[in-house]
Amino acid sequence: MNKTFALAGVVIKELYRRKDFYVLFVLSALLTLVSGAASFFHDRNIVGYIKDISMMLIWISALIIAVTTTARQIPAEREARTIFPLLAKPVSRWQLIVGKFLGCWLATGLALLVFYVFFAVLIGAREHQWPLALYFEAAWMHWFMLAIVIAMVLWGSIHFAAPSSTTTICVAVVVGILVLGGHLRQLALVQPEPMQTVLTVGYFLMPHLEWYNLQDFVVFGSGSVGVGPVLLATLYAAVWVAIFLVLAWVGFRRKNLNT
Amino acid sequence: LGGHFSGFGLGGIPSQKFEHLMKVSPLVILFALVVLGFTLALRLAPRLAERPQPGQSSKVMGVMVGEGRKVFANQFFSMADIYFHSGYYPSVFDQGAETQKEIIAASHGKKETEEDEKKEDFLGKTRDWVDAFGRHFKITQHTHLEGNKEREILPWIRLSADANPHKIETYTVGAFFLWEHLGQPDQAEQFLREGLRNNPNSYEILFALGRIYRDAYHDVIRARNVFELGITKFRALPAAVQKEERIAYEELVVNLAFLEEQTGHYDEALKWFELACTLAPFPDQMRKEMELIREKQAAARKAP
Repeated sequence: MNKTFALAGVVIKELYRRKDFYVLFVLSALLTLVSGAASFFHDRNIVGYIKDISMMLIWISALIIAVTTTARQIPAEREARTIFPLLAKPVSRWQLIVGKFLGCWLATGLALLVFYVFFAVLIGAREHQWPLALYFEAAWMHWFMLAIVIAMVLWGSIHFAAPSSTTTICVAVVVGILVLGGHLRQLALVQPEPMQTVLTVGYFLMPHLEWYNLQDFVVFGSGSVGVGPVLLATLYAAVWVAIFLVLAWVGFRRKNLNT
Repeated sequence: LGGHFSGFGLGGIPSQKFEHLMKVSPLVILFALVVLGFTLALRLAPRLAERPQPGQSSKVMGVMVGEGRKVFANQFFSMADIYFHSGYYPSVFDQGAETQKEIIAASHGKKETEEDEKKEDFLGKTRDWVDAFGRHFKITQHTHLEGNKEREILPWIRLSADANPHKIETYTVGAFFLWEHLGQPDQAEQFLREGLRNNPNSYEILFALGRIYRDAYHDVIRARNVFELGITKFRALPAAVQKEERIAYEELVVNLAFLEEQTGHYDEALKWFELACTLAPFPDQMRKEMELIREKQAAARKAP
């Protein structure tokens, strides 16, 4: 377990040494502040659109951080050939996969924490309301959605040729699920066979990332989801993470690291 | 051949020349860049002066996205409706996505019936366990913004008007919420005036403006003038459009008739009510009003 955490620690250090997070955070903060400075009909109490823009930027930034950080982990180790001394420590391939996952997930969690604290402070200062439980719930769900994404990207990075292709494909898949995931069954029903069956099977087999998006609750302040569904969604995320990590491990176990 | 060209870079330029370039002081490069920037600024300044000035946001948007701005305007207007429903809104995949926007219906004074509520239950029964569980993470209650929270739709109304200044309903809906829900008749009037500048023949905007003069400012003279101008603009429309927009015409005429009655101009009021009888689908109410006016006229004549 210590080896896994040691590997995770290296990934976290890598995140704060790289500029990706800082650039995305500064850009998001700047865009949010600029949008907040706009005045509509001389009404300074309007806050919904700022929440909307800020949440959208947080989602985009977090997705970019999670996917790009994860996609380069194993290919970079192979390219620099540091994977050989690492595996000779001895660290098993399973520990390497879990360590990389844990590092990326915790690093993304830290980034997410900074983003959500900024969001809460900015909106609280403007709205004079602090629905911290709702923000925590939204951040928690967001973080677990990213856990599934990170595990999926890790699996992809074993099979795809380069980090760039892994990033592109995974972002397309994640955005596709977020936009269409909940409606795939409706789409399937109006398709001819065999597309109908393919889409229906896909609907039941894919990870439903759209559940983890609580942006509407945050933006419109429409109460919270409740502990029960959140815990079940957390369990669902844990199952998908396990599936992707096992798939990644199976792929990595058979991988010839010299090529 | 390789040996022959080994000392040359692209286009036969000796590679040594590039090394000389690399040796140029960074300060000289910086100076050259400043000069280049200044020259460009001088060249572009007159062209930029011809571009729209700040404040002419609609023109800026027009320059940026051309005719595509109408698509943006519709999207921003839909966002206003989404905000009005606090996120409970059909997506393009749901039934009822193409129904009339409720912010428009509300601005026409339409109250929601139980039947309307049922129609707007676009989610329906759960289809499967994924859908059933997923609904925990969606807003599933049909509510409307109230208690001054209606202000949240205003940014989208503003953006919609900037994106397409010829979308009339943006102005009427925006003005309705500004005045009736947020108690800002001055802002509503300014917004309608802006709409009128962009759409000088809009009888809908004139109607909304007349209502503000009548109900918010109690300025019946200006209200009458604006209503009458609205009727004139409507009558100038092609016959086919007049037929389509008959309800709007009726609204103008009836409001003007009541205004004339309110101010004691009974003859004028009777004239407008007579016209309203030909337009209204159920003219009995109009006829009752006419009888009442005639009684008032008779009472006024009897009075010493």
